[in-house]
Formats: sequence, C-alpha cells, structure tokens
Amino acid sequence: MTAETLIEVNDLNFSYGTRAILKGINMSMSRGQVVAIMGGSGSGKTTLLKLIGGTIQPTSGYVKFAGEVVHELNRDALFKLRRKMGMLFQFGALFTDLSVFDNVAFQMREHTNLPESMIRDLVLMKLHAVGLRGAHHLMPNELSGGMARRVALARSIALDPMLIMYDEPFTGLDPISLSVIGNLIRRLTDALGMTSIVVTHDVQESLKIVDYVYFIADGVIAAEGTPKEVRESAAPFVHQFVHGEEDGPVPFHYPAQTYKKDLNLEDTFA
Amino acid sequence: MPNRIVSSIQNIGHRVIESVWRLGVASRFFILVLLKSGTSLRRFNLVIRELYFTGVLSLIIIVVSGLFVGMVLGLQGYETLQKYGSESAVGTLVALSLVRELGPVVAALLFASRAGSAITAEIGLMKATEQLAAMGMMAVDPIARVVAPRFWAGVISMPFLAAIFSVMGVFGGYLVTVVFIGVDEGSYWSQMQSAVDFRFDILNGFIKSCFFGVAVTAIAVFEGYDAPPTAEGVSGATTRTVVTSSLVILGLDFILTAFMFRGVS
Repeated sequence: MTAETLIEVNDLNFSYGTRAILKGINMSMSRGQVVAIMGGSGSGKTTLLKLIGGTIQPTSGYVKFAGEVVHELNRDALFKLRRKMGMLFQFGALFTDLSVFDNVAFQMREHTNLPESMIRDLVLMKLHAVGLRGAHHLMPNELSGGMARRVALARSIALDPMLIMYDEPFTGLDPISLSVIGNLIRRLTDALGMTSIVVTHDVQESLKIVDYVYFIADGVIAAEGTPKEVRESAAPFVHQFVHGEEDGPVPFHYPAQTYKKDLNLEDTFA
Repeated sequence: MPNRIVSSIQNIGHRVIESVWRLGVASRFFILVLLKSGTSLRRFNLVIRELYFTGVLSLIIIVVSGLFVGMVLGLQGYETLQKYGSESAVGTLVALSLVRELGPVVAALLFASRAGSAITAEIGLMKATEQLAAMGMMAVDPIARVVAPRFWAGVISMPFLAAIFSVMGVFGGYLVTVVFIGVDEGSYWSQMQSAVDFRFDILNGFIKSCFFGVAVTAIAVFEGYDAPPTAEGVSGATTRTVVTSSLVILGLDFILTAFMFRGVS
C-alpha cells in the first residue's frame, strides 16, 4: 500500500488436511493502523493470526512482516521476529503461577539483561498505561476478566512491539471493561506508533476504534473498507453482519433435509 | 460376516499403529526435552522452584507411607520369623525389602500419583488456557522454560524420596519390633548392618529409583503437553499419567531386578 506497510498478506492459503480454511487472502496493513478482521465463528480469523505469528505454515502464499517472509524463517530468526510482535489471547492467557508484576516482567527477564531496578520501573510504567499500577502485587486469579485482559495487554507491550494481535479482546466483558479495552487499543497504538490487528465479531465496539475492516467468510475476504464504508455498505453479507440480522447470506438453519421429511410427515401429507 | 472380521482386524491394526505412533511422538518429545535442558541448567533457580512443588510437597505422603509400610513389614516379619526362632533377623528383612524393592517402587508409585498427576494437570491446564501458546508468541520456548525444569526437578527428587521412604520404613520397623514387641535392639541393627550390602542393595535401589524418576516425570510432562486442551482432555491425561507410570514402574522394576540381582543372594 505505502512505504510504511508493515504486514503484507499475499494470496494466502491454508488447509487442515483437505479442509480449506483460508483461500487466497490478500491484505496490507501499515504502521499506526488499527485493523479489524471480522467474520463468523470458524471463519479462519484466528488461523490468520497464527499464520502471521508463524505458529503454523501456509499451504501456499506468504505473510511478510517488516520485510521478512514469516514462514521462510528458521526457528531462531522466527523467535527474533516474534519479539517485535505481541499477542493478546482471548482470555489473557496470563501465567497463573506468576503475579501481575512478574507476568509483565516476564519477557524483559527472558530477553534482556536489564537490572531489576529498571525492570521494576518499566513494569510499573506499562501497568500505569493500562491503569493497573496499583494491582501489581495481585495474582491472576484475583483479577476480574477485564483486569486480566488489561494486564495481558501490558504484558504484550512490555518490549514495545511493532505489532499487537488481539484475539477476540472483547469476549465476555461488561460494557465498561469493553470500552476501556477498546480505547486502550486505540490509545496505545497511537502512542507507541505500532500496528494493531483486532480479530473480533463485536461490530459496534470495533467500528468505533479501527481504521480499516476486513470481513472474512468461507475463507475469502468477503468485503473490506473503512468503518464508514462498512456501515453504509449495501452488500448483503456485510449488511447482515453489521446489523446482526438473523437470516441472510449466512442462513439461520444449518443445512438439513426438509423439515417435513425429518418429522416423517411426508407420507401423511404427500 | 466377513465384513465384521475384516473390520475387527482393521481395528486391531489401527490400535497397534496408533500406539506405536504415540510412542514415537513421546520419544521425540523426550529427546526434545533433553536437548532443551540447557536453560534449566543455566538458570537452576527454575528447577529449584519445581523441586519445592514436586519434591518437598511430596514429603508428607512419602514419610507417612514409609513409616506405615515399615511398621507392617516389621509386624508381619516378626509373626513369621518367630515361628522359627529367628525374630532377631527381622531388621534384615525390613531393611532388605525396603532398600531393594519397596522403597524405590512404592515411593515411585506414590510420587506418580502425587507429583506426576500434578505436573500433568498443571502443564495441561497451561496449554488449555493458552499460556504455552502465549509463551511461544513471546519467543520463549515452553519446552525449555516450562517442561524441562519440571522434568529435572522430578528426576532429582525421586531418589531422595525413595531414600527417605526406606529410612522411614526401617524406623517404622524398629518402632514396632523393638519398641512395642521387644525384639533385641542390638540384633535388630547389627543383623541389618551385616546383611545389607552397599553395592548390591543400596546402590541398586538408588539406580532403580533414578530409572523410575525419569520414567514417571517423562510420562507426566508428555501427557500434560500432549493433552487435548479441554477439561476432559486434561482429566484424561492426568489419569493416563498415573496408570501408565504405575505400569511402567512395575514393569521396569521386574526388568531391573532381573538384571541386578541375578546370582546374588
């Protein structure tokens, strides 16, 4: 797209065995953008994140991150690349045996030789950014769902990555936590100059904060555009998705034989 | 009819291939754990932390069980030996049974159900809650950081626990036969001292417990790492850890005994 392109997804295909999950995906994301990837459950959104993170290999096509083709890297180079990425898992995935402080400090201790006093300052700054400096001594099981996700967010920005991927960050949150997380995603992206990819099906919350939206359905990009374009789109699939309509291109009923036949009424009323 | 025969043969074949395949996966995983143990050795405090959870927290069950097993051995041994007027040999009986067999084997069985199951459940839950995936995405290898320290902690704890079990057993035997029944204290200890050989009995018992330690923890970490990331998956894996390690301990014990005590009396 521009010289500032951070991620380029080119004709990406992925299958589990013979089942094709992604079929020829093309995307481009630049620095400073918040991009949403939306689609129904099981449409391959999370798979796409895994391909960007290099935890699975594409069947064909490639993902280019900061100029490097992710699946061609060897293990060491991939691990080096991942230090530039952060990922926020659906329920935070905090290390349950470590305190909030140690969770955020984890990567600093694993990957840097910073003195403990500096790690302490950095951790408190990261926690302050998500509003949880006062909770640094708590254990993950003492946190609410929204707090856990904010800690996980602080942990993922620990080493100031270029990219953060959010896997369903809004799932199961109350309205206050929801907008807190939404605003944090936007604010941190702007403040740190990174790129954010938000995989979600929470249309209303994400349209408020993102710059660009991709809709994935049946493994292909069904639609894309800015939030404004998406809201006004007349495409049946996008319309159904954005407005949460029950029936449309995505049917309410799972494919089945006719109702009458299932109830054995055919003979009686034939 | 022929169809049913074919399908049952297919079924057997499928199961055999499946188990051989799983054994292969487990062996590969085991080698991977060994290869990635560098971190555990360089940052030994990771292992020390796990030593507390697997070793120190298993102490109570090991100490109490050892004591009772020794007491039962003393009681049963005395009942039989006194018929032949050789109740003074009860110390030898208790010590040899414990050091050669019961110490390593029973301690390993208890270790499998106390620590092995805990390791499997912990690693399995870390996988189910995406903690291992998160670690991988942070460019930290979960096998090096999570699995290897737990493996080495188990391997190190096992011989100590077996030794403590035997010591407690000998003490339990002493309590019952000498303190309660009144067997001569001098003969209890001196017969034991002259009959128990360091090379054949204590060293072999130690080697056994090392084998059991490797087997139990290797099974425990593999089952945890391999567990399907669901509630049933983790519970199934925990059960398999206990069942498989118990069978492996008993099988290994037979093989090791056959090698170690051939021609020794």
